[in-house]
Amino acid sequence: MSVALPAKGQRSARAGLPSGGLAMGLSMLWISIIVLLPLAAVVARSLDGGIGDFWDAVTSRQAISALRFTLFVSLGAAAINAVFGTLMAWVLVRDQFRGKAIVNAVIDLPFALPTIVAGLTLLALYGPNSPIGVNVALTKASVLLALLFVTLPFVIRSVQPVLLELDHEMEEAAASLGARPGVIFLRVILPSLLPAILSGAALAFARAVGEFGSVVLISGNVPFDTQVSSVFVYKQIESDNPIGAAAVSVVLLVLSLLVLMAIRGLGAWGSRHER
Amino acid sequence: MNVDRRWRISLRVVALGYLAVLLLVPVALVFYRTFEKGIGAFFESITTPAAISALFLTLEVALITVPLNAVFGVLAAMALVRGKFPGKRLLDALIDLPFAISPVVIGLSLLLLYGRTGWFGPWLTEHGIQIIFSLPGIVLATIFVSMPFVVREVAPVLKEVGDEQEQAAATLGASNWQSFWRVTLPSIRWGLAYGVVLSTARAIGEFGAVSVVSGKIAGETETLTLLVEKRFQNFDLAGAYAASALLAVIALATLVFMSVFGSRRAES
Amino acid sequence: MITVENVTKRFGEFTALDDISIEAPDGKLTALLGPSGSGKSTLLRVIAGLEVPDSGKIVVSGNDATRLPPQKRGIGFVFQHYAAFKHMTLRDNVAFGLKIRKRPKAEITAKVDELLHLVGLDGFADRYPNQLSGGQRQRMALARALAVEPSVLLLDEPFGALDANVRSDLRAWLRRLHEQVPVTTVLVTHDQEEAMELADRIVLLRDGKISQVGPPRELYDNPADDFVMGFLGPVSKVRGELVRPHDVVLSDRPEDGWEEAMVQRVVHLGFEVRVEVVRHDGEEVSVQLTRAEAEALEPESGSIVWLRPPSSAKVSA
Repeated sequence: MSVALPAKGQRSARAGLPSGGLAMGLSMLWISIIVLLPLAAVVARSLDGGIGDFWDAVTSRQAISALRFTLFVSLGAAAINAVFGTLMAWVLVRDQFRGKAIVNAVIDLPFALPTIVAGLTLLALYGPNSPIGVNVALTKASVLLALLFVTLPFVIRSVQPVLLELDHEMEEAAASLGARPGVIFLRVILPSLLPAILSGAALAFARAVGEFGSVVLISGNVPFDTQVSSVFVYKQIESDNPIGAAAVSVVLLVLSLLVLMAIRGLGAWGSRHER
Repeated sequence: MNVDRRWRISLRVVALGYLAVLLLVPVALVFYRTFEKGIGAFFESITTPAAISALFLTLEVALITVPLNAVFGVLAAMALVRGKFPGKRLLDALIDLPFAISPVVIGLSLLLLYGRTGWFGPWLTEHGIQIIFSLPGIVLATIFVSMPFVVREVAPVLKEVGDEQEQAAATLGASNWQSFWRVTLPSIRWGLAYGVVLSTARAIGEFGAVSVVSGKIAGETETLTLLVEKRFQNFDLAGAYAASALLAVIALATLVFMSVFGSRRAES
Repeated sequence: MITVENVTKRFGEFTALDDISIEAPDGKLTALLGPSGSGKSTLLRVIAGLEVPDSGKIVVSGNDATRLPPQKRGIGFVFQHYAAFKHMTLRDNVAFGLKIRKRPKAEITAKVDELLHLVGLDGFADRYPNQLSGGQRQRMALARALAVEPSVLLLDEPFGALDANVRSDLRAWLRRLHEQVPVTTVLVTHDQEEAMELADRIVLLRDGKISQVGPPRELYDNPADDFVMGFLGPVSKVRGELVRPHDVVLSDRPEDGWEEAMVQRVVHLGFEVRVEVVRHDGEEVSVQLTRAEAEALEPESGSIVWLRPPSSAKVSA
């Protein structure tokens, strides 16, 4: 259309076409029943014994130990995969070799593979029956390993599209001005990739914090040692301690929400230079 | 940017090496271990009554969950892309929630809602309806975790396609429903297919939430993933590997479909 | 016949249409012409029912259509970017309106074949839109719109997305088509040449209001104001008055009362020659001569010529 119309939000509903109202209502209803209602139950139960019980539950020595370990190892996994992920995205976008398409497809394996199977496969190679003699089972390292596995695709998939869209001309201009490849990477490419790297890492972090299936077998879930918060919550449920489980769950939920908000913020920050 | 050849090779080696060490070798090893004892042993392992019932249960859950996700996915995508209502941002944010919440917390939330001592517990017990430790609970948990996939794949395609084709259909006399069915849906079919594949894979692979709500009753509420765990706990390593291999094959099939649908989607 | 009565349309703070009233006569091609933001596309979409006016009335073929959705107005609409159903073949695209109306298969096939022949796409029935050129897609869009035998055909900058030479081919083609199938047609364009070539009547819009309505010749020769004059054709300014470059007469000899000017540039544009002269007060005037006139005059950069005074040239009111 040739008319320069004002921003989309100001346009009135188009005549003769569905305006999305019904779809909106039904979607909100569905999400409320499936997601919001159950989560509300968690929050409510955590406060069943008042703030006092809540506080006791989340500050118990075991809870704190689990949380601290979880945060630490999740951050580590996110950071490591941020580096390797960027590297792999680079290779996938800028390099050419036979089988690249297959490698690209395989990256999604951690998305497609059940977490319990992921844990088992890592246990096979890096556990007590390891054919190469590497045994990290029951150690903190095993948790890191599992988290690296399940969060592998996040940064790669976040960075890839940005790299693809990257304006080659910027790099060519930098080169024509005398910048060496390393400098070009640090000063021209990396800044453009940073929002994508960070939001991929944030997603990886959020996923890692809640990870359960891949960690359960290989870590041994030793309290105060290799027990992560999700396993802690599970044990609380098993010991019929719903308030304790709910309380720590609320902490994890708040964490998830903060990360989601951060990711949104990163998205906005990342497109601040877009035309 | 002309990275010199040595750099290029070393980056490639590091990238592929990392992939191999973390992903490829472990998975290959599991397949090796599974078929070490021969194909016969493998088949025996996955055709035990427990295994067959686990497979059927897993498929049953997926068959209920995925269509529901597909319908919701398309609805929510329409609302997000075509809707002109406030609260769109909220819906957008809420859809991402299942991605960021621990599966155990998800299981707990359903327990606290539909369990014996949950909000609906007394009412359910009164009416003889069993959700927790039964199929409905597993289905609800699976829907929770796999809900966002279809929306997230359909919405961008819907946005890309735009609504001019629907406008044309309207001028040609098509009602809203005719327009949706004949024009909108076909135009998003590859995005929808891709989302359905992801959703299915997630549904089949769910473990944490199902661990909490299912009660792990062998032959009744034990999914394939729960079967893997049980066999492992019972020191039936070979059995665990066999079930894992089955799930891994499904995962690989998922990757193939993702590839195919992904390129179809890119083409259109 | 389409009647638009006192239609106003606002988008938030922006007034796209300000109390517009026009008529599009039966069987004729009316062009809605104007610059970007003039409201012409909005007006077309209001006629189509794709936008709802804030106030006013639309009457299509004697029926008050203001409250009717586009499905019920009996219109055919052609979009600038074709809006082809990408997942359907040409045949299915053109047949769409008929399938919706549940016509018998034999009738549909016959009609589609007839239309594809009419628009010159006979062998392409089983191709997909992405296998066709832009011009072919647009012809298909027209066939599709005509298939449901609309009482009114609405075209929204139909050739805007096409290459220049394709555009002029299709323009001529559309003219012939309209003569063959004289449906009441309203065409939106920002290209005055297109409007001049195709329209029986031009409605010139500016900032949501009507500047002038009339046959192309009328707007060109008797423009209502400077804007109309400037939009419909090239203008040169001589002593503050607007003149058509081809109405400026040059002489290589001083004439009584004529003004002296110096030739700056001579540009040969095929069979026209543009001579840019500068008057004594520094004002630059663009003059258009035919080749014959240029050959007679032989203007050169730096030579002196004389301009006929503007009062005896065609001037705006």
